[in-house]
Amino acid sequence: MEQYSAAEKIYELFSEKALALGIPEPVLVIAAYAIPCLVVINLIQGAAGMLTYAERKISADIQNRIGANRVGPFGLIQFLADGVKLFLKEDIIPDAADRKLFKLAPYIVLSSTVLAAIVVPFGGSFIVADLNIGLIFIIVVSSLLVVGFLMSGWASNNKWALLGGIRSAAQIISYEIPTALSLLCIVLITGTFSLQETVMSQGLWPWQWFIFHNPFSFVAFFIFFVSALAEMNRTPFDFPEAESELVSGYNVEYSGMRFSIFFIAEYGSIFIISGLAAAVFLGGGNIGLDPYESPLHMQLLMVGVFFAKTVPLCLVIIWVRWSMPRLRIDQMLTMCWKYFIPIAFACLVATAIWLLVFNGNGIFWRMPAP
Amino acid sequence: MAKYSSKEMVLNMGPHHPSTHGVLRFILQTDGEMMVKATPDVGFLHRGLEKIAEKVPWQSFMPYTDRIDYLASVNCNLGYALAVERLAGVEVPERAEYLRVIAAELGRLGSHFIGFGALLLDLGAVTPFVHALRERETFNDLMEMLTGARLTHNYVRIGGVSHDLPEGFLDKCREFVDHLEHEFIPEFNDLISFNSILINRLANVGVITEETAREFTLVGANLRGAGVPFDLRKDEPYSIYDRFEFDVPVGRGKFGQRGDCYDRYWVRVEEVTESCRIIRQAIDGLPGSGETRTRLPKVFKVPEGEAYVRTESPRGELGFYIISDGGKMPYRLKIRTGSFSSITIIEHISQGVMVADLVAIIGSLDVVAPEIDR
Repeated sequence: MEQYSAAEKIYELFSEKALALGIPEPVLVIAAYAIPCLVVINLIQGAAGMLTYAERKISADIQNRIGANRVGPFGLIQFLADGVKLFLKEDIIPDAADRKLFKLAPYIVLSSTVLAAIVVPFGGSFIVADLNIGLIFIIVVSSLLVVGFLMSGWASNNKWALLGGIRSAAQIISYEIPTALSLLCIVLITGTFSLQETVMSQGLWPWQWFIFHNPFSFVAFFIFFVSALAEMNRTPFDFPEAESELVSGYNVEYSGMRFSIFFIAEYGSIFIISGLAAAVFLGGGNIGLDPYESPLHMQLLMVGVFFAKTVPLCLVIIWVRWSMPRLRIDQMLTMCWKYFIPIAFACLVATAIWLLVFNGNGIFWRMPAP
Repeated sequence: MAKYSSKEMVLNMGPHHPSTHGVLRFILQTDGEMMVKATPDVGFLHRGLEKIAEKVPWQSFMPYTDRIDYLASVNCNLGYALAVERLAGVEVPERAEYLRVIAAELGRLGSHFIGFGALLLDLGAVTPFVHALRERETFNDLMEMLTGARLTHNYVRIGGVSHDLPEGFLDKCREFVDHLEHEFIPEFNDLISFNSILINRLANVGVITEETAREFTLVGANLRGAGVPFDLRKDEPYSIYDRFEFDVPVGRGKFGQRGDCYDRYWVRVEEVTESCRIIRQAIDGLPGSGETRTRLPKVFKVPEGEAYVRTESPRGELGFYIISDGGKMPYRLKIRTGSFSSITIIEHISQGVMVADLVAIIGSLDVVAPEIDR
């Protein structure tokens, strides 16, 4: 199957008209690639903004507070005010810091999140690029995070930040394995790494989702979700930050805009991970129609379905953060190496055996005829 | 090629670290995340209270005692008042005794909310801390009704208390106590106390055996957490504590070894319930009317001599040793506080733990900085 690319689609749609208007072709090509990039970056930022608002409101509800309610109706545009404030703040770089690395680190962290968004199918044909190595791509770019964290921890020239950076390296590298293994369970079922195809081989109804394909994929979903929590440094696994232990961890020396970029990346990755879980395990935006051939209103419905699955997962992540204490770093690594990785391996092997025994069929799910 | 040597990292924790409440400083020697040694550095909050006492009249020192332990100021007021009363032989009216007990036990509640709440905050659990603060807010409202102040209450006077009860206080107080015992504590335990992450973090961490606790003269909840059932309210009753029925919670190694951080935490949670029982009995036994303050002469002089009175403050034994030369002012005043002995043990039990455990240990010992330095 040909790989789908939003940029090419845009180029096809507008090339005739634009060339007739006399716009040179290189400009058109650049524009065709720039549009999806801008959309994705803004989507991440918007999602991050709304998630900070949701986090503030939900944590306020959990803690008997009121939460943001000053800026806009119900405080809805508080995140814009926060953003403006952070961008206007003085940008401090400590004297002893390694200036180049210090400046570079936030962008690496953000780029890891934004790159992951490229292959996430937002429902319908709304996917930037349906790579045939989509899942591997996500796993690879999410490990870029380590580079950014370590870099910021080292470049700050602060012992607390360094400890945070080292913690994040230990944590993210460990939890990469169960995350990848649990995704592999689904890859075994579908036989593809492409995320759009993974979504397309599921269906509208819950029993057509891969989470209910067999008991092992059900376990794999939870392994994936918890490991993903650890990979993006959310409580109960927020060791790199751990404000009560390491002050603020890797970002302790950052201020203003660079600080806010770390947080856009953090909240963006909540959205991406939830979207990934929704797409791989919960059927994504699938409503039983071909995403590329359906009319626009059906495609928008698919987007709606995708968000209806993603947003609750985001809310669960927020909810977990505000009700759990933090583990200790050694306990977390024990949990990963002694429990999650063996269980994830067992799931992988058991899924393979299941597929062999039942000829590729799930409990309800049927292998499509070739 | 240059030779790389590996040596321990010296980390400076505090005085503005989020987990060193107040102004505490620790000099940590760490090997990565493992702690080799944590040396407390105290003295940032030294205000010279003991010297001030020598320069102000006996009654005027009362507001200063608020500042010894700002989380439970009534308990400090009470300790000082009892010491002066013993030396001067001042009688306290019955009603005032009951009011003192109600206020002091409320103070213990308010202090424990911050005590275990801040421990949980240090472990990353923000919500239980805010829930505890919500109850502390009710406590503040009650104390505002009773004393007019929300933090430094300055309620107890030599020979009684400053005001009689305001109207409606007893009902509100009873309501608060019922709410705590039947709603807050069960909910709080469901939310956090039996959370397996919390148990993993606290159980078997920072174990203090009975002998170590005695050697380092630990007091209060920290001593009881180590398994020593010693409570001054029970073993050496002052004021009218001998009239009330309550239990002394002791660390039993609920989820790990006896004397670990969880035991100290759990002793405090249980003490909340016990204080509620005392307050309820005190409200029931409160005489309907009567004096709340013995009249003292305009120029109050304490006869020559010395006295040592120890009381059970939320952070353990609070002792006032006073010497009088028969004048208007104390000749010498020495304050002995619980946090001081708690902080001495940190260096001993923090060897070989992780940085995250040190935070749990400091929190579980419920150290309050101004009480160390005075």
